[in-house]
Amino acid sequence: MIRGLLILSILLVTGLAKIPVEAAISAEHRREHFRAVEFGLGLREQVGQLGFIAALSGFRALVADFVFIQAHVAWERTEWGRVLLLFRQVTTLQPRAILFWDMAAWHMAWNASVAAMNDPAQPRLALRLRAQREYFDLGRDFLERGIRNNPEKPQLYEALGRLYRDKYHDHAHAAEYFEQAAALPDAPSYDRRFAAYELSYCAGREQEAYERLHRLYQSGERERLPTLLKRLKFLEEQLHVPLAERIPDQLPADTPKR
Amino acid sequence: MSELPHTAFSLRRVGALTSNTLRELTRLRVFYVLLLFALLLIGSSFFLARMTFQQEFQVLKDISLGAINILTSVLAIVATARLLPQEIEDRTIYTILAKPVHRGEYMLGKLAGVLLLLAITTLLMSALFLAVLYVREHTVLAETARQMRAAPPDHLEEALRNVRASAFNLNLLPGIAIIFLKAALLAALTLFVSTFATSNIFAVVVMVFVYFIGHLEGTAREYWQQEHGTGWIASTFLGLVALLFPDLQLFNLVDDVVAGTPILPALFAKTAALGGFYVTLYFLLAWAVFYRREL
Repeated sequence: MIRGLLILSILLVTGLAKIPVEAAISAEHRREHFRAVEFGLGLREQVGQLGFIAALSGFRALVADFVFIQAHVAWERTEWGRVLLLFRQVTTLQPRAILFWDMAAWHMAWNASVAAMNDPAQPRLALRLRAQREYFDLGRDFLERGIRNNPEKPQLYEALGRLYRDKYHDHAHAAEYFEQAAALPDAPSYDRRFAAYELSYCAGREQEAYERLHRLYQSGERERLPTLLKRLKFLEEQLHVPLAERIPDQLPADTPKR
Repeated sequence: MSELPHTAFSLRRVGALTSNTLRELTRLRVFYVLLLFALLLIGSSFFLARMTFQQEFQVLKDISLGAINILTSVLAIVATARLLPQEIEDRTIYTILAKPVHRGEYMLGKLAGVLLLLAITTLLMSALFLAVLYVREHTVLAETARQMRAAPPDHLEEALRNVRASAFNLNLLPGIAIIFLKAALLAALTLFVSTFATSNIFAVVVMVFVYFIGHLEGTAREYWQQEHGTGWIASTFLGLVALLFPDLQLFNLVDDVVAGTPILPALFAKTAALGGFYVTLYFLLAWAVFYRREL
């Protein structure tokens, strides 16, 4: 009995000593983006009781993958409402996985939006257009939330740039997000080029676009790709650049043919 | 023939107990978990073949590391829980303790045997997982290079870089080391529980509860420290949970490692030190209980 009480008191005393250490490590985890998930009632409602218990027990990624596989199956069956619901669960469980945000946005803005536009059950074009627009917005929402959770990674900025470029045809916003992606470490080299291309389509910003494209052109052969040359030629015409300052019409012999 | 003088603590005796414990556990065919792990990898690969390479690598890593996590945790609890009660029931403990072996050495040998088993199992499962990842990475790299032959060099370079970044990265290794630490903590805690348990089933059941409460300890601690205006009964309960149980969530870093979050060396060192502290504490408590236990 006395030994039991002694053991209990040792546990309590060491417990008092370990609490500040555990709290400090826990705070460091949050600073370093570990365990970014809040285990609240919202998550419980989204993933169900079993999923919630599994996620609590250290199998959050496994639950997220299981839900992701369900979302993949729902996509194959073109059950768009279910795809949306399941991807919301996946991204809540694994907010640091870029792939899940990117996939969710792609399914909404590219696949579901096309399906909505070609919906044979909806004869009215205005309603189909509205549904398509709503799916674009859902895709954008996934990417914006993904960026808030992963501000240091370029992939989602790039995906948002593509969404603005290809779906909203909003070149100013597309240029802005490609530029933000390019400014981050580990960004692919083409993000800077993409930002300049998009800027070249923005009315009133031709001079800025020309200067950027020209800088890229001068930075070396590697950047002198057909689209860059084409946009640069277009802007030279638009801005009436003196002939002597224009880039040569013929591609240099060593320019890679792509 | 000259005999070595009997010392209070002998690494040789602990080593003999360790190898004996390991041999005994191996005879229980605990390595069947490896077979289970391999089956899981093969089974999941059928589904993964339908996905893109990023999805495939992400799910492969999550499933493999999740399986290593669950299998080592279960093995740590089940293998340790049977050690003491079984030896008492079989009466083999009397033949050991009748020899000049201290109870502390006996306990240390038992714990070291389980830890060695966990280390071997973790290493084998990790090697299997990394081999599968390596093979898939090289297959995907070759496929990507073939498909993008006509693409600009920087696009191809970027695509290959993406494949490599999605597959193996060095951060997986500290992640696996932390899984082992969690299993070691659970083994030491199970050894402590088994010193006062009457049967191995009792120890396993207690440890299952401890496992779940341990994962909630962080939440309990935060509520307790923030004093959300709960009544004194709830506050005392939360305080006791926070004081008596280890925070097992601190050892669940691998989910975020797979998602691309690196474990910084300082954070790894602190987590490892905390794990080491718990293993030592629970071993000393187990020793303290077992030291005067009537057998």
